[in-house]
Amino acid sequence: MRPILLQGHERSLTQIKYTKDGDILFSTAKDHVVCAWFSANGERLGTYHGHQGALWTVDVDPSTTLLATGAADNTIRLWDVRMGKCLKTWDFPTAIKRVEFSEDGTQLVAVTEQRMGYLGTIVVLDIVVDVNAEQADEPRLRITCEESKATVAGWSYLSKYIIAGHEDGSVSQYDSGTGDLLQNVQVHEEGLQVTDLQWAPDRTYFITASKDKTAKILAANNLKILKSYVADTPLNTAAITPKKDFVILGGGQAAMDVTTTSSRQGKFEARFYHRIFEDEIGRVKGHFGPLNTIAVHPRGQGYASGGEDGYVRVHHFDKPYFDFMYEVEREQARR
Amino acid sequence: MTPIYQSHEDDSPDEEEDEIDFSDLREQYEVRLEEGLDAFVVIDGLPVVPEESKGKLVKFLLRKLNTVGKTREDAIFMPLNDKKMSEGYAFVEYETPEQAIAAVKHLHGVPLDKKHTLAVNKLTDIDRYGREGRIDENYQPPNIEPFTEKEHLRWWIGDPNARDQFVMYRGDNVGVFWNKKRDPPENIVDRLHWTESFVQWSPMGTYLTSMHAQGVQLWGGVSWLRQKRFAHPSVNLVDYSPNERYLTTWSNKPIDVPEGHPVLTAEEDGKNYIIWDIATGKALRSFANIDHTDRPTDDAGNPVKRKMQWPAFKWSADDKYVARLYPGQSISVYELPRMNLLDKTSIKIDGIVDFEWSPSIPQRDGVKLYEQLFCYWTPEKASNPAKVGLMSIPSKEIVRTRNLFNVTDCKLHWQSQSAYVCVKVDRHSKSKKSLATNLEIFRVREKGVPVEVVDSIKDTVVNFAWEPKGDRFVIITSGEVVPNAAVAPKTSVSFFCPEKIKVAGVGNFKHIRTVDKKNHNGIYWSPKGRFVIVATVHSAQSFDMDFWDLDFEGEKPESDKDLTANLQLMATAEHYGVTDIDWDPTGRYVATSASMWKHSTLADEFPQMENGYHLWDFKGTQLREEHIDRFKQFLWRPRPPTLLSKEEQKQIRKNLREYSKVFDEEDQYELDTANLAIVEQRRRALDEWLAWRALVENELHEERRALGLPEDPMEETDPKATEDAVVEEIIEEIVEETEEIVS
Repeated sequence: MRPILLQGHERSLTQIKYTKDGDILFSTAKDHVVCAWFSANGERLGTYHGHQGALWTVDVDPSTTLLATGAADNTIRLWDVRMGKCLKTWDFPTAIKRVEFSEDGTQLVAVTEQRMGYLGTIVVLDIVVDVNAEQADEPRLRITCEESKATVAGWSYLSKYIIAGHEDGSVSQYDSGTGDLLQNVQVHEEGLQVTDLQWAPDRTYFITASKDKTAKILAANNLKILKSYVADTPLNTAAITPKKDFVILGGGQAAMDVTTTSSRQGKFEARFYHRIFEDEIGRVKGHFGPLNTIAVHPRGQGYASGGEDGYVRVHHFDKPYFDFMYEVEREQARR
Repeated sequence: MTPIYQSHEDDSPDEEEDEIDFSDLREQYEVRLEEGLDAFVVIDGLPVVPEESKGKLVKFLLRKLNTVGKTREDAIFMPLNDKKMSEGYAFVEYETPEQAIAAVKHLHGVPLDKKHTLAVNKLTDIDRYGREGRIDENYQPPNIEPFTEKEHLRWWIGDPNARDQFVMYRGDNVGVFWNKKRDPPENIVDRLHWTESFVQWSPMGTYLTSMHAQGVQLWGGVSWLRQKRFAHPSVNLVDYSPNERYLTTWSNKPIDVPEGHPVLTAEEDGKNYIIWDIATGKALRSFANIDHTDRPTDDAGNPVKRKMQWPAFKWSADDKYVARLYPGQSISVYELPRMNLLDKTSIKIDGIVDFEWSPSIPQRDGVKLYEQLFCYWTPEKASNPAKVGLMSIPSKEIVRTRNLFNVTDCKLHWQSQSAYVCVKVDRHSKSKKSLATNLEIFRVREKGVPVEVVDSIKDTVVNFAWEPKGDRFVIITSGEVVPNAAVAPKTSVSFFCPEKIKVAGVGNFKHIRTVDKKNHNGIYWSPKGRFVIVATVHSAQSFDMDFWDLDFEGEKPESDKDLTANLQLMATAEHYGVTDIDWDPTGRYVATSASMWKHSTLADEFPQMENGYHLWDFKGTQLREEHIDRFKQFLWRPRPPTLLSKEEQKQIRKNLREYSKVFDEEDQYELDTANLAIVEQRRRALDEWLAWRALVENELHEERRALGLPEDPMEETDPKATEDAVVEEIIEEIVEETEEIVS
């Protein structure tokens, strides 16, 4: 498994996203540029210019028509994927930490930072999936996080719920229509923030990563903890692999502590765990800073990781990866 | 007198409420009211003198009395009887009640002269206890608790798999575990705040010692109940006698015994050391720190800074004697269990710097009488050479001495069976510029105790270790220390063993091999001998460990054919930040640990991380590693000596193959069942997951159907599903081509 090294960003990576077909990869970093890459060979397809601050988040709609980005310049921007043109800018009082399109691409959820007297909020924007359409100016819904600010958010199956992870390590379930808080569960250790939330292909369950050195799989409908993965380092990201029952976790000593650590102790590896048995099954080395984001190819053919070191590494899985099976799984397959 | 009453009083809370006798309290009040008499003491045991010598006696007495407080001649009342003779007692008034108490504390039992011993009591106490009827004339038998059987203190030895235990102190928790090799250790007991500073095993592993502000506590048995406690306020260190019969406790602060302490008496007041009998829990004797006012000075006249000697009281191998060094002067040897000074005098050895008991009963050639030996050394003084001596106890006979010259320092190393004692002599050249080391090895068991000198070493020896129960040793030498250098000088490791000789006995010590350019500083022999780890510990730069075998069973190099060793490096390993290396008592496993205590004492560049332990087998294969935040201590539980006779041990060694077969089978069985359990657990996990997925998928499909959406959201954009247009391709093929010529 020889990775492709994408050297396009000048600062640390913040998020990576594959398109639904998995052919294109979008990456955002703390420099002010969004990059699009061919995932097959790592060639850069183009860049999206316009943001005035560090980019925190990116998402692409399922038909690969629109691209949404959120940044520290307090704006969400909507882009024409094909032409690289900025179609719409929404201004907010604080930075945007997370954006995500719903399953059908008609809604966008965004998380705003808590700062300067503003509480953290989760907003929902209605989107018309057409580059020529006029987009709504005001959010359809605004949820204010009074308890602890949200750090990540996403849409459940059928866009029924909005699930958010919070700074205090809890996970909330909101009704996506009314914005009512349905449930709040203390999933991770109190006070250690949820750093990532990624979905299974059918959005019935999701994985959360936390600074408490664990990642957990929860059911979207009742927030029940189904699986728990224990690592030896604070985690920044976690992803679920389609095709194989694995999860990939990434993290490492916090960037500010790295100088006190010898590089081999930094734990800057992507860790593969078996999704069902919760065992660690392998690690992939390469980054020389903590891993900030991991994205998995929607068809499970590979994954990409972005690190504090400013690089994106795109990996394509080999045959042994697909052949790997536990004895009990083989038994199950024969049945 | 007071303590007896006090301990009686201590028992009273156990009484039922209706049985409480309030007369006690009333009496106490009575005493408080008579405040005016608190400054009075009664002195008994004085010589009986006629009236004319009374003034002399009073003056003499006054001098004694004024050492602890202030009193005047007219405050001493010594009554005379009809015959104008004194009665042998006197009443004294001090200025304050505190002074009176001090007088009781310090003057009671003090000899006045050969015939007379002072008995000093408070007047109020005499009144309280001495009054008619206060003491029951009839004997009341003490209440004896019915016998309850105690748990077996050596239960862990009976483990069917002969596993070893260890204690771990991490965070605020102390836990004891069974070693399970590669698997996570099995917890036996885990308690929060079990100790306040550290934990320690007794030398045979019977007790686990915990340290508290009030004293030390000993724990043991299957339920880890408290077995004993020894009150010693703000105790800092403890030391056991080798056979766990006695215990020494030490506190830097002199003990301040509050009045009415249930265990400690005035005897212990102001002392630093207490020696306890473990079985009875009684303090045998207490000692104060040696006052270093007459601190020795070096040549320039600066006081020599001395490290605290611990243990300060050194035990002979059989717990019969305990000795303490008065640096530069003498050794005091005390006999157990009475703790009396041997022959009532300390042994004067002018200039003595250090001494060391033989670690087991010495067997000197031709000596039939019981004896214990200790080795000591004295430095050069004026024209007298430095001396190393061996003294036999109880005879105090000097068995052997050896004169040495140009000595800077000596270190005494006994071999575990007391067959040898090696004196590591650091010698300076005449100019005192360079140092070199000689090893003077006393062969204690041979007739006349011959001394063999190993002087082929050019550098200074920084570490030396005998093979336990063997006659080989390892040294680490270091090149010249460059002042203010950033890195410590490289070190070399050398191995020595006796050469083969045809006659019985042990040949001369020969150098086997030297390994150069290392950073090693620690030597850790397996407790059973043969294997040794040479490692770099407490370092911020290197963490390597070499596992050596001295009886390698493979081919022996020609050059070593006359040696009683076949040296082989088995493995080299690393443990980032290692601070401690500890062999299990059987020599099968070794634990290396990185303790937060020792990390914090290193330079700032050493990060406070990677605390935890690694477990290895004797040949250097890593079995497991565990990182534990705020990890402090890892200690194997020692084992008592084996009860098997030499013949039985030999028999076992002979049939080792058969035994190991049984153990291998057991291990395999355990592995198989463990695997089976894991497989079973996985099967269950997989089934549960698949069942849950089936349920959720079903629900989702139904909901999607109700909303009129396709079942699989992926279908919408799946190229295979959406682009299923029929592509027609017409392929023309030329089957045959013929050319006809129409003419």
